[in-house]
Amino acid sequence: MDRRTFLQQGGGWLGTLLAAGWFAPEVAAQPWNRAAFDARTVKEALEALGAKDAAPGGDIVITAPELAENGAVVPITITSKVPGTESIALLVDKNPNALSAVFTLPAGTLPDVHTRVKMAETSSVVAMVRAGGRVVFAMKEVKVTLGGCGG
Amino acid sequence: MRRAAAACFGLAIAFGAVGEERSASEAIAEYRQMLEDGNPAELMELRGEELWTTPRGPKNASLAQCDLGLGPGVVEGAYAQLPRYFADTDRVQDAESRLLTCVTTLQGVPGDEAARGWYRAGSDLEALVTYVATQSRGKPIAAPVTHPKESAFLAIGADLFYRRSGPLDFACATCHAQDDRRIRLQELPNFENPESARTSMTVWPAYRVSQSAVWTMERRLIDCIRQMRHPEPELGSDAIVALQVYLQHQAQGGVMTGPGIKR
Amino acid sequence: MATPMKVRARSEGGVTEVKVLMSHPMETGRRKNEKGETIPALFIQNVTVSHQGRTVLSAQWGPAISANPFLSFKFQGGAKGETVKVTWQDNTGDTRSDEALIA
Repeated sequence: MDRRTFLQQGGGWLGTLLAAGWFAPEVAAQPWNRAAFDARTVKEALEALGAKDAAPGGDIVITAPELAENGAVVPITITSKVPGTESIALLVDKNPNALSAVFTLPAGTLPDVHTRVKMAETSSVVAMVRAGGRVVFAMKEVKVTLGGCGG
Repeated sequence: MRRAAAACFGLAIAFGAVGEERSASEAIAEYRQMLEDGNPAELMELRGEELWTTPRGPKNASLAQCDLGLGPGVVEGAYAQLPRYFADTDRVQDAESRLLTCVTTLQGVPGDEAARGWYRAGSDLEALVTYVATQSRGKPIAAPVTHPKESAFLAIGADLFYRRSGPLDFACATCHAQDDRRIRLQELPNFENPESARTSMTVWPAYRVSQSAVWTMERRLIDCIRQMRHPEPELGSDAIVALQVYLQHQAQGGVMTGPGIKR
Repeated sequence: MATPMKVRARSEGGVTEVKVLMSHPMETGRRKNEKGETIPALFIQNVTVSHQGRTVLSAQWGPAISANPFLSFKFQGGAKGETVKVTWQDNTGDTRSDEALIA
């Protein structure tokens, strides 16, 4: 339901807070997960994300170039076929800090996200999916080359 | 950077096994294709358009009356016909130099202020060139060589392209006048081959992911010349304009698709 | 005032695809400038996308996301003319919101 309907139907104190902008949808629900983003390795990052029991799963597809001409911009698409996907995390194994991003998907949003990451060197890209009670991950190697005259 | 330049010289004529070359080329082509949608140059284009239309400078004027060669205010198709001779300045000018003329004469901004920091990522000149060049998308490169000064610059540009000099005894032609040359995995355009020249010139200016910035043709050429350990031409200088006259001439007919996205 | 994003949204077959191009240096805090000084970390930490006021994506980012970030995803629903709004906030507290109408 939209905000106006909620308020009209008597959202009570919650409605008052909504009207006052306290729960403005633009504000992120959770504070930035510093521990996870400061973690160095994939293992440490997954622990910080509460996903240390993540198991390898075949129903995650990572679409990435086999060879990136430059590590500054590597396009990555993660498609999760795990039913009930709630969040997708993107990590790069050999980056100084493994965790690049965590996407939280409300109901109705397709588990198919695309962005671009920096890769320090040839490395595995890791996608971690949280769905229902399960935590699953998949990996894909992306080669990074240093092209041309370095300019 | 010095080490990289020396390494480039050493690798300039390196060849790998043919099979490996092809599949690396294909992989890189696939990488470039995956980046086509969502080129950060689009953001620079928007900013350039804003700079073009907003009144600025001591004269509080926009650039709407700027003549880029096709008449005052005509931006569509102008970039594809640059460099060219301009009667009001009695000079052959490229996009950068002509935009500086407009910023100084129409807006009254002093020359040194207009050019300051032009090479920095996100500069006004970068944005303006990106905007202007985008309005030539779909147009064939057709820089005129009819005026005596245009012909003179063509000859000078060709001379500069082939002349070996500097501490590494390089010319542009050392790397850019044969087919199938590469530096590491970077295929080098061959400007003696019209098709190769067109493939190269039709995508500049381009967003360079390694720089997080759009590089104009001048920026790209000046940096290449720097890496050859030659003294760098100044912004808008005759030398750099002449070189572009030659390169555009070699690429004539090529349909502009830029701004591109590059390494 | 942060530079505007380019937001595109297109609806087809009951699914809306959103593509966002953001202008942001995404500095990792590990680079040095020409003088050898470390360039401070400056990167987007939070991204929220909403449709008609309802969040359809939220993300936390680290500095490993590329400079001038590009993001695309899809959600069910959305019709031509409706609004999609994207907001980002970086580690200095700077924030930017831009909207687009679904095509």
